[in-house]
Amino acid sequence: MAAFFVRRTLGAALVCIAVTFIVFVIFIVVPGGDPAQRIAGKNATGQNIINIRHSWGFDRPFYVQYWNMLKKMFTGELVSYTSQQNVLQQIKQGMPATFSLTIGAGVIWLFFGILVGVIAAVTAGRISDRVITVLALIGISLPVFWLGIIARYYLAEGGATTFFPDGEYVPISNSPFQWFWHLVLPWAVLAVLFVGFYGRVLRGNILDTINEDFVRTAKAKGLAPRRILVKHVLRTSLIPIVTLFGLDFAAVLGGGAILTETVFDLHGVGQYAAQSINNFDLPPIMGVTMYGAFFIVSFSVLVDLFYAYLDPRIRPT
Amino acid sequence: MAEQLLDVQDLKVHFATEDGVVRAVDGVSFQLERGKVLGIVGESGSGKSVTAMTLMGLTRDVNSSFEGKVLYKGRDLVQVSDAEMQEFRGNELGMIFQDPMTSLNPVYRIGEQIAEAIRAHERTDKRTARRRSVELLRQVGIPNPESRVDEFPHQFSGGMRQRAMIAMALSCNPSILIADEPTTALDVTIQAQIIELIGRLKDEFDSGVILITHDLGVVADIADEIIVMYAGRVVERGATRDLFYDPQMPYTWGLLGSIPRLDRPRPERLHTIAGSPPSLINAPRGCKFRPRCPHAFEKCLEEPQLENRVETPGHLDRCWLDVDYKREHRGETIAGGAPEAAA
Repeated sequence: MAAFFVRRTLGAALVCIAVTFIVFVIFIVVPGGDPAQRIAGKNATGQNIINIRHSWGFDRPFYVQYWNMLKKMFTGELVSYTSQQNVLQQIKQGMPATFSLTIGAGVIWLFFGILVGVIAAVTAGRISDRVITVLALIGISLPVFWLGIIARYYLAEGGATTFFPDGEYVPISNSPFQWFWHLVLPWAVLAVLFVGFYGRVLRGNILDTINEDFVRTAKAKGLAPRRILVKHVLRTSLIPIVTLFGLDFAAVLGGGAILTETVFDLHGVGQYAAQSINNFDLPPIMGVTMYGAFFIVSFSVLVDLFYAYLDPRIRPT
Repeated sequence: MAEQLLDVQDLKVHFATEDGVVRAVDGVSFQLERGKVLGIVGESGSGKSVTAMTLMGLTRDVNSSFEGKVLYKGRDLVQVSDAEMQEFRGNELGMIFQDPMTSLNPVYRIGEQIAEAIRAHERTDKRTARRRSVELLRQVGIPNPESRVDEFPHQFSGGMRQRAMIAMALSCNPSILIADEPTTALDVTIQAQIIELIGRLKDEFDSGVILITHDLGVVADIADEIIVMYAGRVVERGATRDLFYDPQMPYTWGLLGSIPRLDRPRPERLHTIAGSPPSLINAPRGCKFRPRCPHAFEKCLEEPQLENRVETPGHLDRCWLDVDYKREHRGETIAGGAPEAAA
């Protein structure tokens, strides 16, 4: 078990480094990526640009630049090319909003995803199953930016009905109620996609598991239908959902909910990433990528460990 | 006379499908006495498994319909409510299935799965249930049951899993044990052990056993009575001895001829029954075996009834052929040889 953990952790670290390297190389290759010109501004002379290039080290070989950037990243000295702000500070500032968004939405989408999947599977072929199937497909197909804007327009301040506040993040330490109230719409909008998707996956898993021989054995033992469903069918059907949830949750935690964060102006890590990409600003992009990769690889290690707990067949003996 | 446990009267099980009504079981009758073994033999699709599952109430579904009676302790198992049936399952009727690899839940320990069956019917605490699981595992011949009770199914071999399944089926001391092809998925050497185990436990637990198989060889030593099923019907029924020494249905001859035997000169090839079982949606007219029977004649277009046609009472069959003709000709099929062309 310990060996497994060490191996996975080392692998995870390597993946993170590789991801930053790929981002760095892409940035160099893509045209218009010369940061010196951006720093120098519109009216810069050629000499200005050369000076900047020299003082920022842009004239050094790319591997030296990459190495310096990695060093700065790990010492927390990474600074944006455009705003000159410290990247680590910016990410830290965005984390409370992103974490609040992710945890709340995660709870909602996991709960309703399982609920919807179970109801659809238990009533497979009947009206409720068909209604859920159609709603799930609609949920999966709705673009987040569209749904977010519609939700803001109709439900938030300044819109047709002024029920919810219009975006922005309020720290929980300022006012727990305002924190909650401001997040209701973003949570719901972000969760819609996942609920539909998880519901569909779980429905299929349950219907597959119901036909397994061991479920017939459970019936032959004389167990009550509810117990068969929860103990024998759901337990097995939920295993793939664990993988999905771990990776989706990590992706959103790592700033993956760019659209939701931007539409609701939450100033989270995702929105910071969007701005940095917009500004063609390499250091924050590297920082956010590293931050996101960290969550994805750590959650996939966690998922593997949890898997071994759920399924005794893959436990190392 | 021994106590009669089960009386199945003209049982019919029909499934509504998109292609039409499947008459999976079409008028099956038999009785089971305490301490006896009844063998049900037939090819895949002959309705033997559906019969067994119906006794357990496992074929109940919106698309299935039932006729006839399954009398157990004065109750008709076809008619009882789902909740009552749930009480009977495991408690009064235990069942073991064909594939022990997939019939146990891979994520729970063996002991948990046996204890779960006990606690479904009896108010016992977990520790007592566990102790009884260990005892049951010992009875079915699992070595070191105290430690193996905490292992997972994947840590058991196929034969051991089937033993654990038997322990589970017997955990509430049911009067009837139904074994649906219990040895089909196992090695030949393990097969004999499992059959022997079932025979021994039948006496220890004083129950009646219904043993379903496609292999007449499996039931030869253990069954007291055998019914041969074809296309959802009983085509021959009799004491094991009579069925082996005086088989009346050409279908039974075919089954007998397909068993490899060491006590007879070895034929070039084992006998195979030409063709495949008929559709249960549009069954052939008259005798259902007619299209595959090398001895069929005009009379076979009429449906033969399951009747006693030989000297031995209780030996029934559905065949129009003359008994003397059959006794003269069956040897060719049973001894094996090239597949006969269907008439």
